[in-house]
Amino acid sequence: MNRGRRMILKVEGLNKNLGKKQVLKDISFTLEMGEILAIIGPSGAGKTTILRCINSLEKCDSGTIRIDGSYLCKDYNNKSVYAGSEEMRFIRKKIGLVFQNYNLFPHMSVIENIIEAPINVFGASKNKARDRALELLNTMGLEDKIDSYPFELSGGQKQRVAIARACALNPKIMCLDEPTSALDPELREGISNIIENLVENNMSILIITHDMAFAKRIADKIIFMEDGQIVQEGRKEQFFNSFENNRIRKFMAL
Amino acid sequence: MIKYIYTLLPSMVDGIIITLEIFFLTLIFSIPLGIIVSIGRLSKIKPLSKITEFYIWVMRGTPLMLQIVFIFFGLPIVGITFDRFIAVFIAFVLNYGAYFGEIFRGGMESIDKGQYEAAKVLGLTPYKTFIRIVLPQMFKIVLPSIANEVVTLVKDTSLVYVVGIGELLRAGKIASNRDVSLIPLALVGIIYLFLTAILTAVFNKIERRYSYYE
Repeated sequence: MNRGRRMILKVEGLNKNLGKKQVLKDISFTLEMGEILAIIGPSGAGKTTILRCINSLEKCDSGTIRIDGSYLCKDYNNKSVYAGSEEMRFIRKKIGLVFQNYNLFPHMSVIENIIEAPINVFGASKNKARDRALELLNTMGLEDKIDSYPFELSGGQKQRVAIARACALNPKIMCLDEPTSALDPELREGISNIIENLVENNMSILIITHDMAFAKRIADKIIFMEDGQIVQEGRKEQFFNSFENNRIRKFMAL
Repeated sequence: MIKYIYTLLPSMVDGIIITLEIFFLTLIFSIPLGIIVSIGRLSKIKPLSKITEFYIWVMRGTPLMLQIVFIFFGLPIVGITFDRFIAVFIAFVLNYGAYFGEIFRGGMESIDKGQYEAAKVLGLTPYKTFIRIVLPQMFKIVLPSIANEVVTLVKDTSLVYVVGIGELLRAGKIASNRDVSLIPLALVGIIYLFLTAILTAVFNKIERRYSYYE
């Protein structure tokens, strides 16, 4: 597959403390356009914290995060200085996040969940937002669930609605937190196809997972984290060929 | 006896009208006040949340009767005078605003943190998040508590007779004293039961409307 070279996300020297514990230690990595990056590692390694920092749900203490040419935060004398709220909103539009538990709005139907942000954030007309939502639901195979409410959906369906909701804003980067954790094995195939479909639409993907087989199947690049640090990273082939690190081998045997 | 009840009706109807006036005015103003109170109570600005907490403590910690008496009979001593109806209105709105505020606060706190985060990553402003995501979910959660409070409010309106407003209970009491009869008081009781039955039915209907999601 022909992958672009343009850097869409650059994380440099990220540090974060929660209380006395340092949860992120000098994290640096990049994500290129059209690339799928999987961050793997045991729970408590800090994977989700990275995701939350990139999506500005949490602030890092020091380090730089650059998203599609704009600085979400920039390191200044070992302290992260964040963009102003206007700039922040602008940057936020470039990045989408699918939560591990999806966090759909329970009081809104599937279609309402999806058109909420386009209408209220981008000022899209209701018709236009609806057309786009229907298109997305079609590609997700949810055309018969348009007016259902989240409580009526299965886990896999909720996940697809959550992906459609994030896609409706046309982000450049899509982040998925543990996308396979609540899925049956058969459904993993489906989510892989959906993610590959996103890449074909020029999105770059950042996946947090502890599902080794899934990462192996889908990712271009893999980062292994433990204890707040990046232990190893590399392109997929390279990553799986270098088994020098005992810890990774143990983790992968799980 | 039917004839006697019939002669009571005009004064009863006048009483019901006053009762309903107080009831609706209190609701219309104390629910928005309650939302403001709950926001203040949950505010990260410490002084604001402390002041709101103090207000709630005073309003819930003293009898509504005392608050009415304080505003209508007490404040004139320091030169602040209100019309009796206004005094009652202020006392009821302040008192119920505090109760509603606490109910709304509980409702807001029970909304999953993930809902705020989802709204945030979708780029919704805090205002939109509150109006579109938090409020609708909160109303469903607090509906049973609100219904409870509203039924209490109907009965609490009877407290205004201390300032001499001719609401339902006062109408009944006057007739009972005048005619040395139990019937006016029983009639008053039946009317209150009737009013609360209607309210209960209305709230059941609203709750059913909100049950379209879980």
